[in-house]
Amino acid sequence: MTIALSINGLSKKYKPDFQALSKVSLEIKQGEIFALLGPNGAGKTTLISIVCGIVNPSEGEIRVNNCDIQKDYRKARQQIGLVPQELSLSMFESVWATVNFSRGMYGKPRDDKYLEDLLRKLSLWEKKDSRIMALSGGMKRRVLIAKALSHQPDILFLDEPTAGVDVELRQEMWAMIRELRDTGVTVILTTHYIDEAEEMADRIGIINKGKIVLVNEKQALMKKLGSKQLSLELSTAIPSIPSSLANYKLELLDDGHKLTYTFNSQDEHNQIPALLKSLEEQGIEFKDLHTSQSSLEDIFVSLVGGAK
Amino acid sequence: MNFYAIRAIYLFEMARTARTLMQSIASPVLSTSLYFIVFGSAIGSKMVAIDGIEYGAFIVPGLIMLSLLTESVSNASFGIHMPRFTGAIYEILAAPVSALEIVLAFVGAAATKSVVLGIIILATARLFVDYHIAHPLLMLLFLVLTSVTFSLFGFIIGIWADGFEKLQIIPMMVITPLTFLGGTFYSISMLPPFWQTVTLFNPVVYLVSGFRWAFYESSDISVGVSLAMILVFLFICLSIVMAIFKTGYKLKS
Repeated sequence: MTIALSINGLSKKYKPDFQALSKVSLEIKQGEIFALLGPNGAGKTTLISIVCGIVNPSEGEIRVNNCDIQKDYRKARQQIGLVPQELSLSMFESVWATVNFSRGMYGKPRDDKYLEDLLRKLSLWEKKDSRIMALSGGMKRRVLIAKALSHQPDILFLDEPTAGVDVELRQEMWAMIRELRDTGVTVILTTHYIDEAEEMADRIGIINKGKIVLVNEKQALMKKLGSKQLSLELSTAIPSIPSSLANYKLELLDDGHKLTYTFNSQDEHNQIPALLKSLEEQGIEFKDLHTSQSSLEDIFVSLVGGAK
Repeated sequence: MNFYAIRAIYLFEMARTARTLMQSIASPVLSTSLYFIVFGSAIGSKMVAIDGIEYGAFIVPGLIMLSLLTESVSNASFGIHMPRFTGAIYEILAAPVSALEIVLAFVGAAATKSVVLGIIILATARLFVDYHIAHPLLMLLFLVLTSVTFSLFGFIIGIWADGFEKLQIIPMMVITPLTFLGGTFYSISMLPPFWQTVTLFNPVVYLVSGFRWAFYESSDISVGVSLAMILVFLFICLSIVMAIFKTGYKLKS
């Protein structure tokens, strides 16, 4: 598969002595949705800002579709669109003027038809003559997306795209991102909303304290690191876990009414049958049982927590 | 060259001027007209001619220069400072544009506004004062060169300033006093010898003097020296702007 973005040994040190990124290496495949997850201050925005040319790297090499972002910055930047985290807009301008401005900045001639279609798709066409300051927060966020897409980029960076937006807009944005991916656009989004990454991403990278902790396919990541739990609702409460069951990873909850057994979802030879048999031998009856799989959030917490 | 980007920034800046016509054009024209009325028509008619030039006509080049300098600095500094303040600068930094293209667009727009303003003030002055222009092309050259140079200076101020107060400090606390003391209202030959020497350290003296020569072929300093001094200041400003983009000073961390 073609590599859309290649980052090699990227470091960034802010004065006087803050290492924001440390030897980050990463490859993003063309046409995928890549979610970069990490807690606040992990280095997500710094990473995006360096790729987009807003922040200078301390060391390392970045190539966008094989164009070096420093030596061949024009070609590299023409292929990138950026939706920043903050609502950084010229508030006195109209929506139409600002998207035209963005298209011009990226060296593209006027294309009223394309921009009209874009604004219609983002439900902004009716507001095209409105001043940005008169728009709601959600609308402003759409304007930022329209600006980022105004020059038809191959790679779109979304820095915390749904921070502070309502559920409806969030769903709309997710749908739009999928549509973009379907047209071949590579989407890289940073988020600290785990559900967003879980919902959207093809692959997930986890960054913490300026270092990439892990990169993997979302499904593989959940399969690899996810654990499952078997919960048993007991018919009668028990005071403690019998010593004969000490070999199982058991936990007694709800004043002795609930017994949980944690096991690896990948382990085909789990001990469920043996556990159930042991319970029967001990005369412990249950009235209900169900299993649950750990979410990406649990995985994220375990990884980032482990790195602390 | 990314001409589309230059055009985009230039038109954006000109649109800002159109939105703020009262502040950008009407206000400086009105305040300069007041000078023409008070010092030109009213008091000027009671004063003796300087170097054979009626006092009202004598102050026209200096007053145009006063507006030109302050407006060039204000326009250019505000133009680049505003996107820094709102955060919208990210789009300029992330776009495929070179430092030269950014400067050409911002400074070009600020200088255009200043030249237009200078011409409007010149036309307005005719309502109150009788003047003539001996060398119109040279006058225009001084007008353009000064606008470009001080727009560059304003661009530097806009990047240096970390608040709106600092943006106002340079035009109000530096440019205006230097222009008042730079021979706008008098010939420096009227000063005692010591102050004449001190005045020569004021760069605005050369601008006003050269500009006045283009009107009346009379000046405190040779027109060639004035022209050379503008070019030196232009070169200094260009060098600072180049250094800003090379180091990313206050633009890129």
